[in-house]
Amino acid sequence: MSPEKLDLLQGTLDLMVLQTLTVMGSLHGYGIARRIEQVSGNEVLLNQGTIYASLVRLEQREWIASRWGTSDNNRKAKFYSITAAGRRQLTADARYWERLKDVMQRVMTMDKSAEGGADA
Amino acid sequence: MSWLWRFLGRVWAFVRRRPFDAELDAELAAHLEMAIEDNLAHGLPAAEARRLALVSIGGMEQARYRHREARGFMNIDILMQDLKFTVRTLWRDPSFTTVAVLILALAIGANIAVFSVVNMLLLRPLPFSNAQQLVWIAPPPTKCGLSCATYSTDAYDQFRVMSRSYQDVTGYFAFSSADNLSLSLGGPPITATSIDVIQNFFQVLGVRAQMGRVFTPEDARNGAAPVVLLTHAWWKRQFNGDPNIVGKAFDMNGQQTTVIGVLPASFDFGAVFAPGTKVDAITPLNLYGPPRDWGNIITFIGRLKPGVALAQAREEGARIAPHLCWNFKYPQTCGDYKNAVVPVPLKDYISGKLQRSLVVLWAAVGAILLIACVNLSNLLLARASARSKEFAMRGALGASRGRIVRQLLTESLVLSSAGAVFGLMLAAVLVSWLAHQGAIALPLLSTLHIDAAALGWTVLIAVFAAVVFGLVPGLRIASGNLQESLKDAGPGASASRKHERIRSILVVSEVALACMLLVGAGLLLRSFINVLNVDLGFQPDRAAAIKVKYDDSVPGDKNGDLSAAKRGVIFQQILARVGSLPGVEGAGMVDYLPLGQNRAWGTPVPKGRNRNDFKDLAGPLVYVISPGYIRAMGTRLRGRDFTWDDGPKSEQVVLINESMARFFWPNEDAVGKILGNGVDDKNNLRVAGVVEDVHEENVDGEAGWQIYYSMTQATPSGAELVIRTGLPPGSLATSVLTTLRELNPQQPTAEFKPIRLLVNHAVSGRQFFMLLVVSFATLGLLLAALGIYGVISYSVTRQTQEIGIRMALGASAGIVRRQVLAGTLRLAIIGVVLGAAASIAGARLIASLLFETSPWDAMTYISMAIALLAVAGISGYIPAFRASHINPTVALRAN
Repeated sequence: MSPEKLDLLQGTLDLMVLQTLTVMGSLHGYGIARRIEQVSGNEVLLNQGTIYASLVRLEQREWIASRWGTSDNNRKAKFYSITAAGRRQLTADARYWERLKDVMQRVMTMDKSAEGGADA
Repeated sequence: MSWLWRFLGRVWAFVRRRPFDAELDAELAAHLEMAIEDNLAHGLPAAEARRLALVSIGGMEQARYRHREARGFMNIDILMQDLKFTVRTLWRDPSFTTVAVLILALAIGANIAVFSVVNMLLLRPLPFSNAQQLVWIAPPPTKCGLSCATYSTDAYDQFRVMSRSYQDVTGYFAFSSADNLSLSLGGPPITATSIDVIQNFFQVLGVRAQMGRVFTPEDARNGAAPVVLLTHAWWKRQFNGDPNIVGKAFDMNGQQTTVIGVLPASFDFGAVFAPGTKVDAITPLNLYGPPRDWGNIITFIGRLKPGVALAQAREEGARIAPHLCWNFKYPQTCGDYKNAVVPVPLKDYISGKLQRSLVVLWAAVGAILLIACVNLSNLLLARASARSKEFAMRGALGASRGRIVRQLLTESLVLSSAGAVFGLMLAAVLVSWLAHQGAIALPLLSTLHIDAAALGWTVLIAVFAAVVFGLVPGLRIASGNLQESLKDAGPGASASRKHERIRSILVVSEVALACMLLVGAGLLLRSFINVLNVDLGFQPDRAAAIKVKYDDSVPGDKNGDLSAAKRGVIFQQILARVGSLPGVEGAGMVDYLPLGQNRAWGTPVPKGRNRNDFKDLAGPLVYVISPGYIRAMGTRLRGRDFTWDDGPKSEQVVLINESMARFFWPNEDAVGKILGNGVDDKNNLRVAGVVEDVHEENVDGEAGWQIYYSMTQATPSGAELVIRTGLPPGSLATSVLTTLRELNPQQPTAEFKPIRLLVNHAVSGRQFFMLLVVSFATLGLLLAALGIYGVISYSVTRQTQEIGIRMALGASAGIVRRQVLAGTLRLAIIGVVLGAAASIAGARLIASLLFETSPWDAMTYISMAIALLAVAGISGYIPAFRASHINPTVALRAN
């Protein structure tokens, strides 16, 4: 756990989980955690245990559903999958993140020349 | 909608937290296995594979905690933990818990009881439907008693027709006396009290019969068959709750009277209109029968139309009043009611006068609650310093400040809830006892009970108390420096010294509050003693009265002279027989006893003067008496008493009281003077004697004018036999009743009332408040003493070592004792000074409740201060005594 890893912003983990489930289909908690770590190139600081708080929260909101099943190597595990409501939520959240990213981009790249156009 | 769903999900998750936890554990276990397998697949050794897997999960316990937090009601989880912990700690310290809960129970119980009384009198609507529409219509108060507070039948008819503000107006006959109904069921007649009401009385109040029906206009017509409504209580008591009573007829006052209904238990005439008395039966008042010409006899009660404001009704009353006639037969009486028709909300009429007393009472129990809170704060502080290491340890282990304060507040809440539960039981006992004190002249008292509002109030004050007494110690502890607390091993450390200062402030405020309570109670007590010492104008002790039944009717008697003569014979015989009973020192008859009902007949003026010169005088109250009554009552008399020779044919004589005599003949002796009607030479009355002023309406007011007529020259409205005796009055009850029965077999079994009871009844409201405030003050004093004792003995314990050193260096036991006592008294004196200052400033609040006592009465202040200091001294002496017996060697070795 190197200190350079990124701290997760509030709410981002939920979004990552939803996206992961959309792409991967049905998956257990360990799989989701591993997948996020892999995709992020091990850049995020993820205590895998915290994924379960996110999962129970998403399930209470009925954005994901769960059932017990068997994993590839024949182990009993709880499998999660995204629901229709979850997909809608994901679309909305993704749009929000897109906008936030743009805004952050603009703010972080601003320079002195933008000063005159403050009213634009 | 979705939030509701989510909320329910959270509730579900909370309720089923065990399966949820189990499922999570299974998931985490699977997670761990999979992680280990992956690590093994990467070629790591088994131990390292497991270690890395655990590291990547980042703490199982943390994962569980987060999971719980996410799925909901983490707070409840914490609360449950805190509760469990609290109950365990409190259980381990039973003496602390008992004392704390007891203090709180007393304080909260007193608060609930007083709230119930306040609720009954001020907050709750009267027990009638849409009670806010009901108004009491009466003239402004005057000195001529009930006769000036009532209206005539003609005025009633007129007012009912002319007014537009009311749905309807009703009233009742204001002059019926207690025990006016005699019920014959075969044996000796049973007496009861009935009251005549106008037939629409129950419709206007919105009261329905529980069984049968209420009155209709037909019941009050001339020639109507006699009917009666029974109150619920009398129906239960006298008729054993007979379910088939409606339609049955009984001999009441010699007439077969049909029971047409039973009133609901919630209707209590006495509680509303005549506090401290009971009414058993209600009969219809025939407005067109004999009462037609009886003058002012009816009280008015109106029900305003919806949307009509009180101001409108008042304005209308003022407009109609000059048109109302006392009696149509005498046109000059039209206009007599000018300015005398003023509606006030019925509730104000019934309980308005008590408002100030209730505020004082409320303030007193509020002070009790504060004192209790201060005490609890003190106890908790002492406990907290004993536990400071525990909290420091928890802080060091990572508990946040908020979490610790929260734990402490939970503890306070548990304590105050336990106190509230016991307090509620205490209040329930007190309230049900009070509700059955029929002799206290407090309106609505029989309706006193603990209702939902009182329960809500209980919760409110319990939470308030918990926050007040829990917050100071809580913040104190939480703000403590961890290291300091962990190191603070004993005496002399700075944190403890700070605690000591807080404790001193608490004691001072406690003493100040107790001082205010004591001063208030002292002033009320002194007022009450002054009231009891009022010269009433009669001697209430060793005298008693009993209602006498007689029949003075003479067929064909045109002007009442024959009746008067017959009455004279009957009464003379009764008085002769009763007067000769052993133990009887004097006997006489009166129609209205003092401090009860009264009436006025207009104002006679000195002969030769014009009545127009005395237009605005309130008429004297009229009493019709027999010879011997004045002496039997113990009233001083100048001139002569009536004799049996003052008959219908002889000169009309009267007795008047000092105030009236002084007004008409300021510089002369009134005895022998003549009063006339102020118009012509008729109705002359010779003043045979002047009697001292009698308190006829209340004990703590001023006496008005009184005039006494002889029973053989004027018509009494009944007869009360008054007996003066050297024996306890109760011992004569049987012999007097037997004598009366021998003379008249129709004499019912009436109550033999000591005159003292009349006085007690008249001061019972004042006594009630005085007793409550005094007991609260005693409670406050007790709590303050407890607080002082606790603090001083705690500080002595803490200073054991210091005292030991001083004694080893030569301080004597006496010096040590004196020093501890001096410390105690210093706190007490500061408290007393502050409390006295606050009392002086706030005395105005209580001033209107006092009687011939200044709100700044020096004697009360001084005696209360001395009492408080004495109690403080005693509470401080016990620890001081203990301190002086410290053995230096033992004390020094202790650390």
